[in-house]
Amino acid sequence: MHLAQLNIAHLRAPLDTPELADFVANLEPVNLLSDAAPGFVWRLKESESDPTATVQHEYGDHLVINFSVWESRETLWNFVYKSPHMAVLRRRREWFLRIADPYSVMWWVPEGTIPSLAEGMARLERLRAEGPGPEAFTFKDFYCSRETCSPAAMQPL
Amino acid sequence: MSDLEALAQLNDPVRRSLYAFVSASGGEVGRGEAAAAAGVSRTLAAHHLDKLVEAGLLEAGFRAQERKGPGSGRPAKVYRRARAELSVSLPPRDYGSLASVLAEVVDLLGGEEQAEEAARGMGRRLAAGREADAVEVLRERGYEPYAEEGEVRQRNCPFHALAERQPLLVCSMNLALCQGLLEGLGQDPGRARLDPRPGECCVALSKTNEN
Repeated sequence: MHLAQLNIAHLRAPLDTPELADFVANLEPVNLLSDAAPGFVWRLKESESDPTATVQHEYGDHLVINFSVWESRETLWNFVYKSPHMAVLRRRREWFLRIADPYSVMWWVPEGTIPSLAEGMARLERLRAEGPGPEAFTFKDFYCSRETCSPAAMQPL
Repeated sequence: MSDLEALAQLNDPVRRSLYAFVSASGGEVGRGEAAAAAGVSRTLAAHHLDKLVEAGLLEAGFRAQERKGPGSGRPAKVYRRARAELSVSLPPRDYGSLASVLAEVVDLLGGEEQAEEAARGMGRRLAAGREADAVEVLRERGYEPYAEEGEVRQRNCPFHALAERQPLLVCSMNLALCQGLLEGLGQDPGRARLDPRPGECCVALSKTNEN
């Protein structure tokens, strides 16, 4: 199984304003970093040629969406928190509003399956309404898939 | 085996030096290497290394021999430091649970900036009155610093379990603490920066201007 993750963020100002200039400037390097990261499988892209294009959607203005699929929790974790992405993530308050609701959701997808954005938004709604469960969860309240739950037998190094 | 029993396995100088050698390697170590470092025979080293595995202080695995094909022998047994944390406190104390609750509350209240400021202050206090080199102070504090390409990287995160729960908050506080420490030692706090890598501390130090 692969791990899908949807992230949404509410912009403090439109993308073409000076307040968001650094965020926009970071889109290309961060996207290149994610696409080359170990375990990266897929990312929803607005454009194949323009790495700064953000995903267009109908879920409201000022909402930036990041939607990707990874081989495992560990590979996604290492990209988010254990790579140069972390330094950009630390600046999120400069660009995005704090929201009390969960803004990120994960779930398992069969390998080779590309989930739809509508499904991702529905999973996020589910997480917000019912709390974390095997169908919609977070890093903090993580649910492993059947195959990754196998007893942690000692693996050869 | 309880943590106390496991730690009691280190009450032997050979075991302690084997454990220290494997830990400091930051990776996998073969029996021969470990024996040479501890100054004991390979057989004795193997015995003690396996005791340390039983105690849960080390993990063992196998590495294929470099020579392939018939006659190249069995895969070599190698050891690395176990990831599990052991701790003993007498009388019983549990600061970790409370720290985890507090970290969650800081996150909920959006108090990152205040938390970083407090961590910076703590770093300054830890360094107060010290004449030591920054790397020495970081080593004492368990960061396990090592040199790499003119920089100082740190092998161990002293706040590992908390950083797994609240990575953004804890790494930011850790950076602020390291910067405060440098400040307290009269050095440029800008030497410390966030440069996370899998399996290591998120803070690295650039070289000083003098060298």
